[in-house]
Amino acid sequence: MILFILRRILYAIPIMFGVALVCFSLVHLAPGDPLVSVLPPDASAELQKQLRTLYGFDRSLPEQFFSWILRAVTGDLGTSIASSRSVTEEVFRAVKNTLILASFATLIGFFFGSLFGFVAGYFRDTFVDKLASFISVMGVSVPHYWLGMVLVIIFAAQLNWLPATGAGPGGSADWAWDWAHMRHLVLPAITMSVIPMGIIARTVRALVADTLAQEFIIGLRAMGLTDFGVFRHVVKNVAPTALAVMGLQLGYLLGGSILIETVFSWPGTGFLLNSAIFQRDLPLLQGTILVLAIFFVLLNVLVDILQSTLDPRITRQ
Amino acid sequence: MNASLTIPTTNVAAIEQSPGYWSGVFKRFLRDRVAMCAAAVVLLLVLLALFGAFVTPVDPYQSSMLKRLKPIGTEGFPLGTDELGRDMMSRLMVGARLSLFMGITPVLFAFLIGSVIGIIAGYTGGWLNTAIMRTVDVFYAFPSVLLAIALSGALGAGIGNALISLTLVFIPPICRVAESVTAQVRSRDYVEAARASGANAFAIIRTHVLGNVLGPIFVYATSLIAVSMILASGLSFLGLGVKPPEPEWGLMLNTLRTAIYTQPWIAALPGLMIFITSISFNMLSDGLRSAMDVKQ
Repeated sequence: MILFILRRILYAIPIMFGVALVCFSLVHLAPGDPLVSVLPPDASAELQKQLRTLYGFDRSLPEQFFSWILRAVTGDLGTSIASSRSVTEEVFRAVKNTLILASFATLIGFFFGSLFGFVAGYFRDTFVDKLASFISVMGVSVPHYWLGMVLVIIFAAQLNWLPATGAGPGGSADWAWDWAHMRHLVLPAITMSVIPMGIIARTVRALVADTLAQEFIIGLRAMGLTDFGVFRHVVKNVAPTALAVMGLQLGYLLGGSILIETVFSWPGTGFLLNSAIFQRDLPLLQGTILVLAIFFVLLNVLVDILQSTLDPRITRQ
Repeated sequence: MNASLTIPTTNVAAIEQSPGYWSGVFKRFLRDRVAMCAAAVVLLLVLLALFGAFVTPVDPYQSSMLKRLKPIGTEGFPLGTDELGRDMMSRLMVGARLSLFMGITPVLFAFLIGSVIGIIAGYTGGWLNTAIMRTVDVFYAFPSVLLAIALSGALGAGIGNALISLTLVFIPPICRVAESVTAQVRSRDYVEAARASGANAFAIIRTHVLGNVLGPIFVYATSLIAVSMILASGLSFLGLGVKPPEPEWGLMLNTLRTAIYTQPWIAALPGLMIFITSISFNMLSDGLRSAMDVKQ
């Protein structure tokens, strides 16, 4: 068990190195001068040279990569070109906001996804199954940025029940768990929950159907267990995989929130990424992508470890 | 042994008439009502993409300051007009071409490239397999939306760059599926037998492997078209894909965002088209999977 955990963590290290390399190359793949957004068009050659040295763009690429990664390990991701603030600070403030949004969305998605999945799996090939399966196909097919717009149209523009954009009175800086802030969370969280809802429903349906078809279920029924007793056994068999899928979905939402955050002007990582792209702020761009990808890798490791504690059969494979 | 001995004694005519694998797949697919409906919608969309530009009632590029944001059902504009006074119905029809092109092309390229890499990795095994699959693992560490947007953001806006970044996003998952099915086929007895009888790797892959692995890889690739449609339109929605004034559903959705308080249902129309397209492709792919009996 401990060996499994250690191996899993060790395996993540080369992946993280590769991820850092991809992030770095991605940004240096970009055509054009990285300082174009801050330099005035008539900047003197001297000023250009000074800034280039300041940001380290004058050194060779491998040199830049290793100095960047060494500083990144210590938590220093450099300085944003556009705002000249610390990238680490900017990214983590945004990550906090995205995490709030993505966690709520995952919880909503997990609740409804499991519900639809269990109902569909239990009543296989009936009308209820078809309905639940149809809802989950809709969940994975809907362009979520459009769903966000439709919800804004209905609940903000037409009914005026909920705010259309933003994260509350304090803007991006101070989040509080009161209704004045929480009401801003409702529409984006529901919009975001639709994808994990569809995927979890599909997974749970297949798992429930598989479990119900196994012989031990007949054995349990033959032993005289009530329907509820059998149901508990089904849940125990479905839970590890369903929870793993939920964990991975949280990771996908953290990294994939950019479209929804753009629709709702939610001050998270997606919003930051968007401004980094359009201002060509390379340190901010590579820093944000790196943090999100590393988050995703660590979450994967955590999910694997949790899954193996819940279901010891996995470590033996 | 027994089974192979009985074959020559059976009626030859019966064997010739016995339906093959593909006709079975086709029959099962025809019986699947949901998949047939989805296929009909997809066919309609493809026809719209091919010929929509020739049958539009109004020029989709013709803007008019006076006719901006006319409601649905206006005389001459059955689906209203957009923020520049262009006919919505014509733009939605012509938009099918770019939107479908942007959604399907990356999957097609990724299917070709990913299959080749995955089959090579799965067939050769050893260090080459390790090198390829570990590289794929690195790309798996990025959520697909993040990777697509980061790549297009770095490359810059435009149709070509959006296609490149989406193709790169879909190569790793296709490669992984191709690798695992090829590795399964490789360990079968008939592949062993072919190798023992002196066939070279290329001949074995062509005659014994391809026919067995392309089906599952293809089914998996079709399931990616819906995702690709949503992502491609999403890139245009962010301003990283198609540029104005070209009609493309994601871009139209973006420029119409300003109209959600004045003409909300017109603003929602392009997204509805994306939704219909992606759900049809998803159902088509599901039908194909069950007709071909591919397990995931």
